[in-house]
Amino acid sequence: MLNSVINVMGEGINLQRLLGGLLVTARIALISIIVGSLLGIILGLVMSSKYKVLRFFCRLYLEFFRIIPILVWLFIFYFGVTALLGIDVDGELTAVIVFSLWGGAEMSDIVRGALVSLPKHQIESGRALGLSFWGLYRYILIPQAVRRLLPGAINLSTRMVKTTSLVIMIGVTDVVKVGQQIIERAVVTAPTTSFFMYGLIFILYFIICYPLSKLSKKLEAKWES
Amino acid sequence: MINNEKNQVLLEIKNLHKEFDGTTVLGDISLNIHKGEVIVVLGPSGCGKSTLLRCLNGLESIQGGDILFGGKSLTSKNVQWQDIRQHIGMVFQNYDLFPHMTVMENVLLGPVKVQKREKSEALLQAEQLLDRVGLLDRKDSYPRQLSGGQKQRIAIVRALCMNPEIMLFDEVTAALDPEMVREVLDVILSLAKQGMTMVIVTHEMGFAQAVADHIVFIDGGKICEVTKPDVFFAHPETERAKQFLNIFQF
Repeated sequence: MLNSVINVMGEGINLQRLLGGLLVTARIALISIIVGSLLGIILGLVMSSKYKVLRFFCRLYLEFFRIIPILVWLFIFYFGVTALLGIDVDGELTAVIVFSLWGGAEMSDIVRGALVSLPKHQIESGRALGLSFWGLYRYILIPQAVRRLLPGAINLSTRMVKTTSLVIMIGVTDVVKVGQQIIERAVVTAPTTSFFMYGLIFILYFIICYPLSKLSKKLEAKWES
Repeated sequence: MINNEKNQVLLEIKNLHKEFDGTTVLGDISLNIHKGEVIVVLGPSGCGKSTLLRCLNGLESIQGGDILFGGKSLTSKNVQWQDIRQHIGMVFQNYDLFPHMTVMENVLLGPVKVQKREKSEALLQAEQLLDRVGLLDRKDSYPRQLSGGQKQRIAIVRALCMNPEIMLFDEVTAALDPEMVREVLDVILSLAKQGMTMVIVTHEMGFAQAVADHIVFIDGGKICEVTKPDVFFAHPETERAKQFLNIFQF
């Protein structure tokens, strides 16, 4: 049984294709996490500021991305926006745009939550030392906020990695899609392929996500000591 | 302290008026604080003592009157609070050390990042100050590893390391366990002996009597009495002050 799967993987360039699919998944996730985090930090700072109008628009943006499923956002951008603007954008770029916007929205709320959770007297004692507005953020607020938002941010990142599996729906060949293609090709001769192939994909996702949660644990432990 | 230097007015409060949402919390406060003088502000809870202190370094805005620091008005439009605050040290009731920094990083933040002083020079001063409050051996500890009393002594050192001309203490022992109050008050007392100008808000009556050059009694946002401590505690002039002092006697 297992032999047949090993045979399938050894066939032609199947393993190479699967790893290629994994690379697509990792690439979309990584770029989106980085862009989303930067966007989220900026929007989070705005959302914890005193500017009511700006805060309202950030909130609106956040809620739109929360309420509408990511799959629908992918369709809106891939089919809707491109048709509306008459431009041609490939699936992977669309995925990166949508996931970055989603990550930014979710991240902004995490950043905002971390900032407003800091005790008010931290700000006052910083000001009493003569720190400027930026000094206050740089030395007092951001370092403390980062420690508080880390668990939530890592959680979001792993969610983003997992949700990239939706990109199949806009024609991007990620690791899951390659797996399906291999299964379809081999299922007649080796019916158990699907179990082992999806098992392998499970392990591949684990390989991407596990270092993230490990990193978060390590940083938390470092700041705890 | 030389006498004529002591007579120099460092901080002049003129008809200060402060409101929160239309409610007057401080009305017509006038007070001169001379160089080297220790003022203890007493009064019932909610009388505006803390608010008065916070007005003095710009943490609260004021709606009327003026505050002169070293002869310069702090209410003019172009006042740079970031500069002023480097000369006015403040210690709060809450343990307000920055939890993500060691004791030494807490103390050096102001001198190095705000005042842009040489780190080696500031470090030397910080070590001397920490030694003076008996906490030099804790310089690499984090605030969570310290007791409340130790944290407050560090907070005092942090303010002192900026070389302020005046120190403001806002009920710094109010949140402490009783057995830790003494170690903090001793530090303030030794500062007073060295001639530091201070404005202290406290509920420790014995300490107030020991440390103060003048007691300022505030009630309902107004100054009721400004007297020498022995006079105030023995023969308070106003009925309100008598009632207030009675609370502290069993």
